[in-house]
Amino acid sequence: MNFLAITMEELPSVFMRLGEGMLTTFQIFFLTFVLSLPLGLIVAFGRMSKNAIIRNITKLYISVMRGTPLMLQIIVVFFGPNLIFGLSVSTNYRLPATIIAFVINYAAYFAEIYRGGIESMEKGQYEAADILGFSKSQTFIRIILPQVIKRVLPSITNEAITLVKDTSLAFTISVTEMFTAAERIAAAETSMVPYAVAAVFYYVFNYAVAFAMERIEKSFNYYKS
Amino acid sequence: MSILEIKHLTKSFGENEVLKDINMTVNRGQVVSVIGPSGSGKSTLLRCATTLEKADGGEISYDGITMIKDGKYADKNAMKKIKQKFGLVFQSFNLFPHMSILRNITEAPVCVLGMKKEQAEKEAMELLEKMGLGDKADSYPFQLSGGQQQRVSIARALAMHPDVLFFDEPTSALDPELTGEILKVIRELAEEKMTMVIVTHEIVFAREVSDYVVFMDNGYIVEEGDAHKVINNPQSDRLQLFLSKFNQ
Ligand SMILES: Nc1ncnc2c1ncn2[C@@H]1O[C@H](COP(=O)(O)OP(=O)(O)OP(=O)(O)O)[C@@H](O)[C@H]1O
Ligand SMILES: [Mg+2]
Repeated sequence: MNFLAITMEELPSVFMRLGEGMLTTFQIFFLTFVLSLPLGLIVAFGRMSKNAIIRNITKLYISVMRGTPLMLQIIVVFFGPNLIFGLSVSTNYRLPATIIAFVINYAAYFAEIYRGGIESMEKGQYEAADILGFSKSQTFIRIILPQVIKRVLPSITNEAITLVKDTSLAFTISVTEMFTAAERIAAAETSMVPYAVAAVFYYVFNYAVAFAMERIEKSFNYYKS
Repeated sequence: MSILEIKHLTKSFGENEVLKDINMTVNRGQVVSVIGPSGSGKSTLLRCATTLEKADGGEISYDGITMIKDGKYADKNAMKKIKQKFGLVFQSFNLFPHMSILRNITEAPVCVLGMKKEQAEKEAMELLEKMGLGDKADSYPFQLSGGQQQRVSIARALAMHPDVLFFDEPTSALDPELTGEILKVIRELAEEKMTMVIVTHEIVFAREVSDYVVFMDNGYIVEEGDAHKVINNPQSDRLQLFLSKFNQ
């Protein structure tokens, strides 16, 4: 058995070679998170629109995003432009394609979370704001949204943790994120160690994400609704 | 001088005709109580008068400005003006839980009226002092009792300087011990000649504080007039029956 073939002396070099993969994983995570959170809000508005066409298109979009594997969506976003429209795509498109697929996928999940939060708001909050003369946008930004954020934070935390693990799906189109990097090294060295390092990395990353989210949730504890 | 004029107001929810030809005038400085059995349309009347509910027909005007006539509402600008004429105190307070007590009161004057923050805070503190809540400015609604929350919501409404203040059963979400503190506040406002329309089940209070009482039943105003006369000496069978339930 030589699955532990990498010795202690070699560990730093494994880290070095995994380093690039780690950076890519961070990149996928942060870009997806910061782009899909606002996009999800826009999608949620579409989903709740009074306009039936907008509402149904959004509904279809959400159900496709949630009803098909993310892996498949990544493949479609990456190969689609070439296979469907005959456009030539460069290999530089791999990472952007991954991020696009992640963002549109997670925006659909976030949209449903926002919608749940918005619909859980008491009618009395809207009515009190209306009587006081707040406009629709003032009501949403000053009164509804801050309370919705508090309510949806636990669900957002769950999605964030899933997202950390989902980043490994980028391997589908050979984006060298953490998991792909570990796999390559493991294959070349016939060793489990890179996988173990990757596991520790994901775990620590998730721990950090959960910790940060918990801090944010706590910052909303100054009031109860 | 009348501040609010309602003529032939009608409102249905589907097949259910809730308001059938309501006529009402509220004069400046007057305190009008609206009484009547559950489901008679009291809340719906208040909600139509405050635009929370769309009326079907009839006429409502504030201070001579028409809000709705023959089922047609005024344009956006006029509506904005009209909305500043009235305030509403809800049964369930509806304070903004994420804002401090002070901010609950200053938010609308600052954002809607464009008042300077310092000025709004100064006025809010005066209102809080008046409500006996001067020490609660930095608290949050969840830290207050129901009676205190309701006093804040009255202060919040007053901060917008309404010409007329509506109350929809302001004490019915409160324990009996706490209703007294709200009634006291309303009594003080009445002494200051604040124009108020109060939907209430507190008959004794209605008689004491109001100049005028309106008795609603089944979508109609069945009897109305001077508060003492109407409550001490009801003419209609329905009002007699309604009041007899309170005397037992
Ligand atoms: N949003 C609504 N949709 C449908 N029906 C409604 C609605 N609001 C009120 N109603 C109906 O209108 C009627 C009058 O209701 P309203 O709330 O005005 O009565 P109320 O006099 O305020 O009664 P209470 O003393 O119980 O508060 C009731 O039959 C009620 O079911
Ligand atoms: Mg009612």
